[in-house]
Amino acid sequence: MVEALAVHKSFGHVDVLKGVDLVVAPGEVTCLLGPSGSGKSTLLRCLNHLERVDAGTVRIDGDLVGYRLKGEKLHELRSHEVAAQRRRVGMVFQRFNLFPHLTAAQNVMEAPVQVLRRPRGRARSDAQELLARVGLADLADRYPSQLSGGQQQRVAIARALAMDPALMLFDEPTSALDPELVGEVLDVMRGLAADGMTMVVVTHEIGFAREVGDSVVFMDGGVIVERGTPAQVLGAPRHERTRAFLAKVL
Amino acid sequence: MSSAPAAPQGDAVPSRGVPLQAVPVRHWGQWVAAAVLLVLLVLLVRAVAANEVIQWSVIGDRLFQPVILRGLVTTIWLTVASMVLGVVGGVLVAVARLSDNVLLSSLSRAYTWVFRGTPVLVQILLWFNLALFFPRLGMGSLSVSTNDLITPFGAALLALALNEAAYMAEIVRAGILAVDPGQREAAEALSMTRGLVMRRIVLPQAMRVIIPPTGNELVTLLKTTSLVAVIGAGDLLTRAQAVGATDFTRMEMLIVASLWYLVLTSIASSGQMVLERRFGRGTAPTSRRSALGRLAADLRPGRTRRATS
Repeated sequence: MVEALAVHKSFGHVDVLKGVDLVVAPGEVTCLLGPSGSGKSTLLRCLNHLERVDAGTVRIDGDLVGYRLKGEKLHELRSHEVAAQRRRVGMVFQRFNLFPHLTAAQNVMEAPVQVLRRPRGRARSDAQELLARVGLADLADRYPSQLSGGQQQRVAIARALAMDPALMLFDEPTSALDPELVGEVLDVMRGLAADGMTMVVVTHEIGFAREVGDSVVFMDGGVIVERGTPAQVLGAPRHERTRAFLAKVL
Repeated sequence: MSSAPAAPQGDAVPSRGVPLQAVPVRHWGQWVAAAVLLVLLVLLVRAVAANEVIQWSVIGDRLFQPVILRGLVTTIWLTVASMVLGVVGGVLVAVARLSDNVLLSSLSRAYTWVFRGTPVLVQILLWFNLALFFPRLGMGSLSVSTNDLITPFGAALLALALNEAAYMAEIVRAGILAVDPGQREAAEALSMTRGLVMRRIVLPQAMRVIIPPTGNELVTLLKTTSLVAVIGAGDLLTRAQAVGATDFTRMEMLIVASLWYLVLTSIASSGQMVLERRFGRGTAPTSRRSALGRLAADLRPGRTRRATS
């Protein structure tokens, strides 16, 4: 499903990713862990070309993301081509990024109506169904400012699902939430994983990674330090840096 | 501090279940200032009203004279048309300015530089006198006399709209930049194209920032249209001055014009308030009480708590 090879990315003089490989099989849940500044969020954002990679390739379902290979060189795609590629990839952000001028249902309907040209009636009933799936059926007509953080994040998940993605990216989805609201968002994500959604999750929730993750990737300083099953990486880390990190967060 | 019994230490709270009343700061100074202002205002009104040079009856008669009303319509039409063109132009110039296309953004920058950097009165005169430069516009047989194409009203409209677009561009640009970049990212991640993101997500949110200064622009523009009197474009001031010059009622006609400008700007300001509410959707409701209402509430004696509405 996802195949990132030798991905490099730098912001100015700072090398954020120094040759990262990441492979995610269909239906697999991969959790990216690591201290802040380790490059895990940047890696995630490269997967749907919100960041352009400086070198290396990202493929989703075999298609190069954001570029076209011509001879030996990668040529960046035009913005509408990039937009079309993103249809298969949903994304959930740390700070929700719901559209504040639209209600919960309108947030969910926006892309299906505007991008996929779905009739409004059908988009509306789809939205209602998705909101029910994340447990918010009766809050469809609320504006984001009238929802709690946990509710907003669940609407954001429904909004991403509305495009019927094959892959979901989560960028620290619970980091901006009050502790008592984390559970409701993780529950929704657990449900998604159980339904077989392919997911890449940047998170600090070690418990979630252990329970739901099929594989865990630990990053530090722009490289992948260690990867494996949760039992291996979290239970018996081989690297000193992984051990030090886990000792701090557990 | 009502009848709290003397307590051993500091500000003790009476513990008998009596809810304490909060008494906010009282602004006695405002009362005094208001009284002084009122007296001054009365004196001023008396001085003007008692002035024998001003024929008050003339003002009443001329206020609704057909020629003045025609000028009023021209002023409204000129304002609305320049504002609409200015807003559309401003959005285009702002989007061009923020585009990745270097050519577009430089052009936009140059446009703003020129049209904001020269006085609008000069621009009005330049467009009006265009025929001196280019007697005919167009090419070969497809050309027309410049003076036929650019009437005084046309020159006024052109000058005001182009000038307004430059100011609106800066306002729109500030509005667009005020929208959280996360909004754009979220929309792009939903596979929306750049045009859609701008139209459906960014601009509607930018409106909240754009509308208040745009209301000010409209009020300013309304008054700026009076400058076109220099080219005799037939607006309110042109006509008021023409009438005043013929029968020695200059002052009276200027007051007539001022009264109408006041009416127009008041209407524009109230329209702005309606729009602000409309585009404030989804954000915390703001106090709907007017400044006057707030003042009244502050001045009310014996109030114990500011009402929140």
